[in-house]
Amino acid sequence: MILMREVHMDLISEEKMENMTSMEKIRLILDKVKKGKIVVLESGLTPDEEVRLIEMTMTEIRVDEFTGIEIESYPSKKGGSFLDKIFGKALKGRMTVIGPANQLRTIEKDKYQISTKVSVGD
Amino acid sequence: MGFISSFRDNLGAWINKIFKKKRAKIGLYGPPNAGKTTLANRILKDWSGEEGTFGIVSPIPHETRRAIRKEGLIIKANGSTIELDIVDTPGMATKIDFKEFMAFGLSEAESKKRAKEATEGVIEAIKWLEDLDGILLVMDSTEDPYTQVNVTVIGNMEARKLPLLIVANKMDLPNASPSKIKSAFPQHAVVPISALEGSNIDSLYQAIAAQFG
Repeated sequence: MILMREVHMDLISEEKMENMTSMEKIRLILDKVKKGKIVVLESGLTPDEEVRLIEMTMTEIRVDEFTGIEIESYPSKKGGSFLDKIFGKALKGRMTVIGPANQLRTIEKDKYQISTKVSVGD
Repeated sequence: MGFISSFRDNLGAWINKIFKKKRAKIGLYGPPNAGKTTLANRILKDWSGEEGTFGIVSPIPHETRRAIRKEGLIIKANGSTIELDIVDTPGMATKIDFKEFMAFGLSEAESKKRAKEATEGVIEAIKWLEDLDGILLVMDSTEDPYTQVNVTVIGNMEARKLPLLIVANKMDLPNASPSKIKSAFPQHAVVPISALEGSNIDSLYQAIAAQFG
């Protein structure tokens, strides 16, 4: 008999995230990841939110409980028009996958594709 | 308000570019074991005229767990002079597992202590981002450049409109591939060096003078 193990994934839309503050986004992500869920963000985080997520992760690492996160996103896209450059239009976040470091492993990543493996515990 | 503050920030960035500073506070960033402290020690040795180091170097990740600043290093290149405050920061990471250190022969207690200090070091490195004029992002040329640490640091510098120079380190190793780094981040200058052997280090100083001077 083959035992099927399950992976819980939450794919979160851009609409849901755009109405949240940075801290709410980070809390939402960390709470899910600490429960063993894989989170996929449609529009990702801003560079500043990414670094705040890493900072918050560091404060929550606990021996034998939580060793941190695996996070992968593509490099940010810049606004390309002349007016974007003049007025410094914010860099747009891109699709991002985040999971527990002990479960999500990046196999390969380039400009166009992120390949990951998810291991399921007993 | 967003429109006005954004315009003001960009105007400030342009003014800084036009009237380049001759003194800059530069951080060395990168993932653990990229060679940040080896490079910091070499810069210190080449330009301080005094004995001493930023810190010890070891193959165990997260050897540097506190940021260290050395002030007033005068670098001369391309006929210009720039005074730098160099900050060697702890390696940035998204995960820290004490078992990784035990694989290098550290005891469980030592490994747990190191892991705790390493998490504090990452936070310290992040805090320093707010207080710098630019960074040298040190990458291991033998590794895949698309790590999240690299992507996140570059994204932050671009968002803050601060200058960034990528250092493709470990060129002394046979499988080094700086072309992968150039291809991954074509919008930024990449200087291949070996901080350990000092090869091509003059090109780095010229690039520092051009980028931050």
